[in-house]
Amino acid sequence: MTLLTPQAGDIPLPVPGALSVPYWEGCAAGELRFQRCSDCGGATHTPAVLCAHCTSTDLVWEVSSGRGEVYSWTTIWRPATPAFEVPYVPLIVEMEEGWHMLADLVGCEHDAVHVGLAVEVEFFAHPGGITLPYFHPRR
Amino acid sequence: MGQHPFHDVAIVGIHNTEQARVLEGHDDRSISLQAALGAIADAGLEPRDVDGVIGPFGNDFLYQARIGPAWRSLSALGIPALLDGVTAIASGMATTVLFATGGAGTYTQRASTAPWTRPTNEFVAAYGMYTAGEFALMARRHMHLHGTTAEQMAHAAAVVRNNGHAHPDAVYSGRGPFTAEDVLASRMVADPFHLLECSMTSEGGAAVVLTRADRVADLRQRPVYVLGGGTDYYGPAYQHPPLWDLGGHRRPDLVAGYVGRRAAEEAFACAGLGPNDVDVCEFYDPFSFEILRQFEAFGFCGPGEGGAYVTSGAIEPGGATPVTTDGGTMSFSHGGAAVQLLQRVIRGVEQLRGTCASMQVEGAEVAMCTGGGSGALFTDVVLLGRERP
Repeated sequence: MTLLTPQAGDIPLPVPGALSVPYWEGCAAGELRFQRCSDCGGATHTPAVLCAHCTSTDLVWEVSSGRGEVYSWTTIWRPATPAFEVPYVPLIVEMEEGWHMLADLVGCEHDAVHVGLAVEVEFFAHPGGITLPYFHPRR
Repeated sequence: MGQHPFHDVAIVGIHNTEQARVLEGHDDRSISLQAALGAIADAGLEPRDVDGVIGPFGNDFLYQARIGPAWRSLSALGIPALLDGVTAIASGMATTVLFATGGAGTYTQRASTAPWTRPTNEFVAAYGMYTAGEFALMARRHMHLHGTTAEQMAHAAAVVRNNGHAHPDAVYSGRGPFTAEDVLASRMVADPFHLLECSMTSEGGAAVVLTRADRVADLRQRPVYVLGGGTDYYGPAYQHPPLWDLGGHRRPDLVAGYVGRRAAEEAFACAGLGPNDVDVCEFYDPFSFEILRQFEAFGFCGPGEGGAYVTSGAIEPGGATPVTTDGGTMSFSHGGAAVQLLQRVIRGVEQLRGTCASMQVEGAEVAMCTGGGSGALFTDVVLLGRERP
């Protein structure tokens, strides 16, 4: 049994692109942001110039509830690089607003994960200078 | 019906260089060029017969052989590159096309997974994602939806690895045989995938030569023909959540979990064939689950039936649809970032020539060769045949 915690080592860190700066600024401010379409109301992630639902370009940033359910998961035992502590548990989370994102699970034992697990975002300020979203089980 | 679009195209040369965990003294360029020379020799041609090149080192080849000006495609990924060459010949842009690819000397930091498995993308890298995890997220969703079991996936891996066990040139030749229990007893890499359900890392080169079908009488080998092909893509690999249900507005009936279905439909339609006509399934095998998934995606069985299909005896030697007859990326070779995506085509050609060194399917007339996979959001398909279409 291993309590899952954020990866604090020398892991590869995100380099924001022109489209994703508002997303990473949101993380630093403790907000999980996604794009909402002003035309059809649909939610889009990852950061885009086109609405995933109607191809409108009228997207505005919105703050997510941060809550969702595990859509799929894997437990990694062979790390991508030696900087990652194993095991770690990447998830696809289906957010309440209907969009999906990828992040790792924390705050529970590694074998507590299952499809449908209710989770909520938390943020970890990596010493490398960027704040990353993780998910823990909803209590 | 008019003439088949690929009536005038033939595959006449193939070559694999030595494949090994490490090929000392080689890099991507040197091993690709060695593969190129091998395929040209296999065809009974000379470098000066080539007037079209494909792949990252095709341009080097045409410079070194001084065969410019020549037609060129930058395509690099196995079947799409092959189809570029096919259409170049069918449309008259080139007469004899070489596609050479290879990998060596790039995987040096062995404490990490291979560099081509680790995307630097901002939405995945910090979470420790690499190819095994991407494909595991697809497999896990299928297990949730359909009750697919670890034992079923392990069985598929054992079948593929046992084919490689029997192939004299496989990197893991003689490393078996394996049972599903052996696969499940190997260490976990990315749940649900154990070590023996994952592709290896290795080095090697591979190449193919195409020419006009009216030239084959002068050449060394029995020609093999392209009956149909297609490519399905949903977006960049390893940058976005590998969502089984990722859809597209143009074909709402298709989801990324079944990527390759449209490509297969198009290939079968072009060939005038269906799954029942396929004699050998040279399916790309980056992870065990992809074998099950492709039999569903291409219509060999229904949704959720892939696990039962691969444990029915159908995919073993002597079954209705023998799969990945050289051991694939799990046992034959995964020679780098892209070279292994051509291996299925080479093995399909050998099966139709009747010269495959392991698990030759007697009388094989039609081979289905694939590349890619759900975790990478793409699948490419080509149907090869013994008879000129």
